[in-house]
Amino acid sequence: MSTEINFALAKSFGLNEAEWTKVNEIMGRAPSLTELGIFSVMWSEHCSYKSSRVWLKELPTKAPWVIHGPGENAGVIDIGDGLAAIFKMESHNHPSFIEPYQGAATGVGGILRDVFTMGARPIANLNALRFGDPSLPVTKRVVDGVVRGIGGYGNCVGVPTVGGEVNFHPSYNGNPLVNAMTVGIARKDKIFLSAAAGIGNPVIYVGSKTGRDGIHGATMASTEFDASSEEKRPTVQVGDPFTEKLLIEACLELMQTDAIVAIQDMGAAGLTSSSVEMAGKGGVGIELNLDNVPQREPNMSAYEMMLSESQERMLLILKPERRDMARAIIEKWDLDYAEIGTITATGRIVVKHNGVTEADIPLDPLAEAAPLYRRPWVETPKPAPLGPVDLTTPLDQALLKLIASPDLCSRRWIYDQYDSTVGGQTVKRPAQADAAIVRLEDSPRALAITTDVTPRYCVADPVEGGKQAVAETWRNITATGAKPLAITDNMNFGNPEKPEIMGQFATCIQGMKAACEALDYPVVSGNVSLYNETEGRPILPTPAIGGVGVLDNAAQAVGYAAAPGLELVLIGETQGHLGRSLYLREILGREDGPPPPVDLAAERRNGDFVRAQILAGTIQACHDVADGGLAVALAEIALASNAGIALTPEADAAFWFGEDQARYIAALAPSALAGFLAATQSAGIPAQHIGRTVMENKLTLPNGIAISLPQLRDAHEGFFPAWFA
Amino acid sequence: MKAAILLFPGINRERDMVLAVRQSFGHAPQIVWHKETALPAGTDLVILPGGFSFGDYLRCGAMAAHSPIMPAVKAHVERGGYVLGVCNGFQILTEAGLLPGALLRNASLRFLSMDTMLKVERADTVFTSKWQTGAIFRAPMAHGDGNYNADEATLDRLEGENLVAFRYADENRNGSARGIAGIFSPNLRVLGLMPHPENLVDPLMGGTDGKPLFDSLAAA
Repeated sequence: MSTEINFALAKSFGLNEAEWTKVNEIMGRAPSLTELGIFSVMWSEHCSYKSSRVWLKELPTKAPWVIHGPGENAGVIDIGDGLAAIFKMESHNHPSFIEPYQGAATGVGGILRDVFTMGARPIANLNALRFGDPSLPVTKRVVDGVVRGIGGYGNCVGVPTVGGEVNFHPSYNGNPLVNAMTVGIARKDKIFLSAAAGIGNPVIYVGSKTGRDGIHGATMASTEFDASSEEKRPTVQVGDPFTEKLLIEACLELMQTDAIVAIQDMGAAGLTSSSVEMAGKGGVGIELNLDNVPQREPNMSAYEMMLSESQERMLLILKPERRDMARAIIEKWDLDYAEIGTITATGRIVVKHNGVTEADIPLDPLAEAAPLYRRPWVETPKPAPLGPVDLTTPLDQALLKLIASPDLCSRRWIYDQYDSTVGGQTVKRPAQADAAIVRLEDSPRALAITTDVTPRYCVADPVEGGKQAVAETWRNITATGAKPLAITDNMNFGNPEKPEIMGQFATCIQGMKAACEALDYPVVSGNVSLYNETEGRPILPTPAIGGVGVLDNAAQAVGYAAAPGLELVLIGETQGHLGRSLYLREILGREDGPPPPVDLAAERRNGDFVRAQILAGTIQACHDVADGGLAVALAEIALASNAGIALTPEADAAFWFGEDQARYIAALAPSALAGFLAATQSAGIPAQHIGRTVMENKLTLPNGIAISLPQLRDAHEGFFPAWFA
Repeated sequence: MKAAILLFPGINRERDMVLAVRQSFGHAPQIVWHKETALPAGTDLVILPGGFSFGDYLRCGAMAAHSPIMPAVKAHVERGGYVLGVCNGFQILTEAGLLPGALLRNASLRFLSMDTMLKVERADTVFTSKWQTGAIFRAPMAHGDGNYNADEATLDRLEGENLVAFRYADENRNGSARGIAGIFSPNLRVLGLMPHPENLVDPLMGGTDGKPLFDSLAAA
């Protein structure tokens, strides 16, 4: 190999001068190409969290029900009956802009592996998506590719895609966000971890062959985009969901035996990160012989094999006496099984290829000397108070425009391309409840799962925005009757080397922390995606939250479809907060003012009350009030119910479209109304009877304004089909 | 009725099928790996569930149709045994020549996942006896290649011999010829259909519209 190893090369691999110096110090000599590759990916932002670690540590991660918090492949919580839910959300933003189909597909594949590698059968996929201005042709191309990619992969592996969210904003024009979440179920006493152990134990490679795809993908994910990004297409991996399905079944079958000592998927930075992390966590060494790595292309170098991000590959440490049995199971599923190394006592990673030692790096310094930056940051200036707002647009016109807008319209065109029922356990499908409800096999229990964040709040006030993102997922889960247990966070931000961006990150975390603490709702896993900028313009700060809750009895779950003849009660205080609301943006073309403040004590109090009333059977349908405010939530109830709604309050647009937090609409039988209102009063919960569901096919606002259900439906359902007609 | 569910690599709705069969039959069906060459002794009903056998690479169902278990399935059919193929299972049955026609890409060229309404064309079969002829029921569908097609003569024969099992009753979303969602073999013992009755057998999952299929078989 004639490549000269110098700082210029290191820089092109993403290392700065101080990091390059440290590499030389650790090695006591100039590194080889393979060694430099290993250092650069392990020290990339993507793998090392070097800019975010100091802040992430502030998040609460413990609760009596947390089995494994951040640090494993995914978070693990106790959900009762000896079962554990294992989940995580992860971004695949950069690849999804370059090659939307494969970028999104391999994002789904990667997060699935993070979950089943711990012993869980995946039972649900969700995705949080942000796209640019829908009037741009490139946005349409990206939306189409991402949706097809998520469906193409998730449908084939047979894991239902049950929920998610989609936003549009010009800040995502050159930098869409694709955040994929997987939830799996395992027996709590059969959780598999990644720490290698047992000197002499064999290192086994399972799955697809290694090719030249995705080399340095983790480094790409750690840089800004510019006009040359299209040239990076070769660094995007290609997914094979069929092989993934075989891997899931093979691993779960092997996990029924006692053969596995440790297991990890080969995700970002492939063979490098899996081998380094497994050996590092176990405090052992590892020696790899790349001659035995199954290869898709001839003449691959050690550098290429160590850096490849070929998909659908796992690394296992086995008990030596179980290898024949393990091989039989892997080969039954037509997957490659190869012994590519052994666990050693050296504390080093040694990589051999064609009889040559291509890398020999001490593991502790590689991990311990990993850069850690407390980058300078500045606080986001508090937004100026919202000035006068023109509230004269007729309510019906405003509502029809809002529910037809890209951020609020029906997502049917998207979820109709995702298999949401495979598995036979989907109790609430998309657009039926505030969180997806998936029952557990052979159990009455169900999980409630949701994703949420409101980036337009985060950019205006990261602390309140961070609180709101966590609180809204908690509210979504609560509105189904489930008890929220824990979250995964997917932190998507711009360039952390800019103090204002680092400030967004640091203060979003402060808000999230406050909400997690107030709601007993810890963070158990997560992922950070930085450098989401194009030509120097950052995305809106987007800390996407995935929340998981549990219902002891799936039959107690409620959605937001209500039968006709039920009374509607608004829970929570309405002040008519219009700052940063969709009313302001879509009706008046303004994006200003402070976002709605989040009163965490009120969230807790209102939510705990609502949940108890659902489980008591009093509340028959429930919907949280969020984007677009009360009128939009009511329109969604009417459409899901296929029933009319007659409303009574005489109020202005701020009441109907304000986005005050901690609110729910509860539907209950007329006979239960008086008792329910009395209960809210004695619990100190603000509550207002606002109307009822009716047989008549229209949504009637006060002052005689009415919108027929078909008119409402046409407005709500129109956007995506027209866009892709 | 003793049922066996065939498991080809890439099949992903076998667990759903087990739930539906177990509920109506009162006992769990046996799972048979595709590399077996014989069915369990006493098998009355062979079920080919949905999914993406062999990744749907080449053509949907094409590779599974040549799996080692398939000669035993053909022998079972020749003996007059019952076979149910759903979604990918239906595609495998057409590729294996056990049912006529083929499933093409959906006319929209997009995967379709939503509930559809199906009309029961005849209730005098072991698969449909718990419905009335002309009954309309709801079933989820989830496929990229559900566009049933055959040459005109075959379609005429299917209709003439009353071998259409189900038709789309609300909207023919995938473009199937003559709205056909499922067909029988001439002896009415092999049924293939695209939608998934097995995903609607429990009120908790949104209804029991699909349960009569399994109750009919249980009563046979």
